[in-house]
Amino acid sequence: MTYLTKSPWIVHYDCSSCNGCDIEVLAALTPVYDVERFGIINTGNPKHADIFLVTGSVNEQNKPVLKNIYEQIPEPKVVVAIGICATSGGIFRECYNVQGGIDKVIPVDVYVPGCAARPESIIDGVVTALGILAKKRQAMQEGGSTTPAKAGEGR
Amino acid sequence: MTKQIVVPFGPQHPVLPEPIHLDLVLEDERVVDVIPSIGYIHRGFEKLVEKREFTEYTYVAERTCGICSFIHGMTYCVGIEQIMKIDVPERAQYLRTIWSEYSRLHSHLLWLGLFADSFGFENLFMNAWRIRERVLDVFEQTTGGRVIQGSCKIGGVRRDITNEKLDEMAKGLDVLDREMQELTNVFLHDATVKHRLRNVGIISRNDAYMTGAVGPTARGSGVAIDMRKLGYGAYGKLNFQMVTDSCGDCYSRCLVRSKELFASTDLIRQAIKKIPDGPVDVKVTGAPDGEYFTRAEQPRGELVHYIKGNGTKFLVRSRIRTPTLTNIPPLIKMLQGCELADVPVIVLSIDPCISCTER
Repeated sequence: MTYLTKSPWIVHYDCSSCNGCDIEVLAALTPVYDVERFGIINTGNPKHADIFLVTGSVNEQNKPVLKNIYEQIPEPKVVVAIGICATSGGIFRECYNVQGGIDKVIPVDVYVPGCAARPESIIDGVVTALGILAKKRQAMQEGGSTTPAKAGEGR
Repeated sequence: MTKQIVVPFGPQHPVLPEPIHLDLVLEDERVVDVIPSIGYIHRGFEKLVEKREFTEYTYVAERTCGICSFIHGMTYCVGIEQIMKIDVPERAQYLRTIWSEYSRLHSHLLWLGLFADSFGFENLFMNAWRIRERVLDVFEQTTGGRVIQGSCKIGGVRRDITNEKLDEMAKGLDVLDREMQELTNVFLHDATVKHRLRNVGIISRNDAYMTGAVGPTARGSGVAIDMRKLGYGAYGKLNFQMVTDSCGDCYSRCLVRSKELFASTDLIRQAIKKIPDGPVDVKVTGAPDGEYFTRAEQPRGELVHYIKGNGTKFLVRSRIRTPTLTNIPPLIKMLQGCELADVPVIVLSIDPCISCTER
């Protein structure tokens, strides 16, 4: 657990999930769970986001979209894989159009298990991500870069 | 002639929780044509029937869609039961009906929220989802899962609900009714909301029928189709009025879904009153040999499951036709001629569920 001086914003993309995790991500934003109390807002624009929530596994069609959104998010950024499909492919692992977890395309910082992942565990995953985000930010301020290939891009 | 330009809509778009891509062909602000492209969520799990035993496949079928998961699982089970000639106990039929109607409540409230969000009324979105949590609490208390329940199995249901719990649920419905009344009042009577929805995305009765609209999209245009009238589960023993409206605009579709909320609570009340005591499942032996089409009413419309078995543990073929797939041609009809600013509202008005569509 860590305290940030800035409000982290999230962007959410559904790779090929069954919707179960997506509606739980949205449920986490609504009054019962209310992540806005942590200053977290769901934005549609990747250029405004710090945390990238991904549900579902990758296939040929959504690979470039996922990569594109990831690259548009400015440094420092963290990626949270939500649900077992985003982690490894889950129940659909053996389907012909499922290539596995999203870590085959982009680097992942936090894995949230569950099918569907519960809002509590999603919030827990995001709070863990906040800690990683703070570390990455500090590392950037000290002159290093978190992801060497993209050093200095966007900020 | 005005110059035509193409504006891409999606796959990642703030109003879309799920990816679909539409190429909007514009003349000034007016949409003249729409070219949809899908395939972002295709998983191909219909082929998984060859790798999973037919009893296990229930859980795969349930994950077709996280919003109407219970009805998908149930429809698949009904198909197998029909092929194998299994008599499902009466109590299980009623429990399935109760859970189906709770699914409908959950889905319609979710949709009302997303719809409010699409025309920029965020407070209403929050309120709809707050009320929806009551429905999810019932799911969690009775099945253990919030959105994916896993409570349906071939030959019945996996767990019973005690009669005391059923009475408690009936009491909870009164609170739910009161809150939903307040919520739907805003959707149906607020001047700004009405202004935003009236005469937007009109589709005539004939067009809706000819393009193959199903569910609330069809009923909003006056086409009276509701698979629950087939009487599967316990629906044959319960009374309900089909909700239709004749205008065919976004407001009508909103009206149909708003009224269906109360039809659902009424159905649950009737089912709780009539539910008989007895076992909730029967033992299943053997394997399915034959083929069957099952039709059921999802929150979004007619759902068709086709299954074919050859007497082994593994089915030969499974095919699912979901309501959103058939609602896409009507959507294109609605979008032609509308203003660019109305596109998100119209797209949301058919209640798109892309993960169902692409499977």
